[in-house]
Amino acid sequence: MSEPAFPIPADRAAAGFAGAGLACRRGERLIFSRLDFALKPGGALILVGPNGSGKSSLLRLMAGLTPAWRGRLSWDGADIAADREAHRARLHFIGHADAVKPALSVEESLRFWAGMRAGAGDEPRDSAAVLAQFGLETAARLPCRYLSAGQKRRLALARLIASPAPLWLLDEPLTGLDRDAAAQLLAAIAAHRRQGGSVALSTHAPLDLGDAAELSLAAFRPTRQEIGEAVEA
Amino acid sequence: MSKFSLLVARDLRLALRQGGDAAMVIGFFVLTVILFPFGVGPEPQLLQRIAPGIIWVTALLAALLSLERLFQADYEDGSLEALVLLPLPLEAQVLAKCLAHWLVTGLPLTLVAPLLGLLLHLDLAGYPALVLGMALGTPILSLLGAIGAALSLGARRGGVLLSLMVLPLYIPVLIFGVAAVEAESAGLAARPHLLLLAALLLAALALVPFAAAGALRQAVE
Repeated sequence: MSEPAFPIPADRAAAGFAGAGLACRRGERLIFSRLDFALKPGGALILVGPNGSGKSSLLRLMAGLTPAWRGRLSWDGADIAADREAHRARLHFIGHADAVKPALSVEESLRFWAGMRAGAGDEPRDSAAVLAQFGLETAARLPCRYLSAGQKRRLALARLIASPAPLWLLDEPLTGLDRDAAAQLLAAIAAHRRQGGSVALSTHAPLDLGDAAELSLAAFRPTRQEIGEAVEA
Repeated sequence: MSKFSLLVARDLRLALRQGGDAAMVIGFFVLTVILFPFGVGPEPQLLQRIAPGIIWVTALLAALLSLERLFQADYEDGSLEALVLLPLPLEAQVLAKCLAHWLVTGLPLTLVAPLLGLLLHLDLAGYPALVLGMALGTPILSLLGAIGAALSLGARRGGVLLSLMVLPLYIPVLIFGVAAVEAESAGLAARPHLLLLAALLLAALALVPFAAAGALRQAVE
């Protein structure tokens, strides 16, 4: 099948992260189609929609974990497929799983991920200060097996600020967080956006991010004809 | 510290803290070899004749035991997703994980093998070929095993599937490993067999990272 061209509209091509004509297929099932989004530097995008509407799939697609069935993603106007490694270097993706090893201590875990993501010229950030931002300073030496579900979530989110990246992709980041931790996350997102970073996140809880754009996945249900094409392809 | 060595250090630390895997591999190796004199009888000539085969076959099975966990734990707790999304090429990460795996399984197996040779009356001339052969052969076991471990991610009873995929691939290593020891005992040169093992190792080093990285990308998709 020939891939139709999806030109990025001129007003979006300039700066930031954008997707045009995106469709996502899992197995034979088409989850959404004809989805466009634009995320400018400093912008925020909240993905809403019922369970199964494709919020996680869209975030995985943005991260490059899953290929788009149709459409394309671009960063500052350049197709991300052209340089996958550069795209991976510019994003943080926090999915449902926390990627926390029971045998490592909180500090070791954070240091490992920060070290693996560090760019050539990055100053290593003080891990104690990073942990303090998410209320984990007293748990720094503790093996992760003793952490509660909420603390593991906090540790996963602490990776966001342990190494800098302009794009944050967060899948249900509030799951398991108490009110304090949710406030700390909102503060981290606000600081990130002030520095020109952008964030896309999915959530079911109402979330106050100021001027964030809301993207309702329910609006991009595939048509009957597209579902047929997805089964045949 | 480079990102490559950071990943090796993390896998080593995990393996040593959890302890179980490495100790289990060596324990299995030693105990299984000890079973043979009980099973086939203690005649020195017979044991001497079959010693290289027993040691190599048991080493293959012992290495196989630990392979299932190579990517499984990272897959289950979400670390694999985060690793795939790192700016470091996944192929390099596969090599780092194989190196860490070899350091906690293949290297101890190589060091223990001569002691088990004593137990089985292995011919004195065969020891250098046994140790050299194991040193060249066990990294191949870790590398080929990585392909199987990556392909069986997410499968039910992945361990059994892994054995079925990987054991046939181990046959060349077994053939040349045993042949090297037997050649030395028969007064012939072990060198050609060891060179063939070295060639297999180089080929595995060059090709495995791409195959395993492809399978890992498929697994997290």
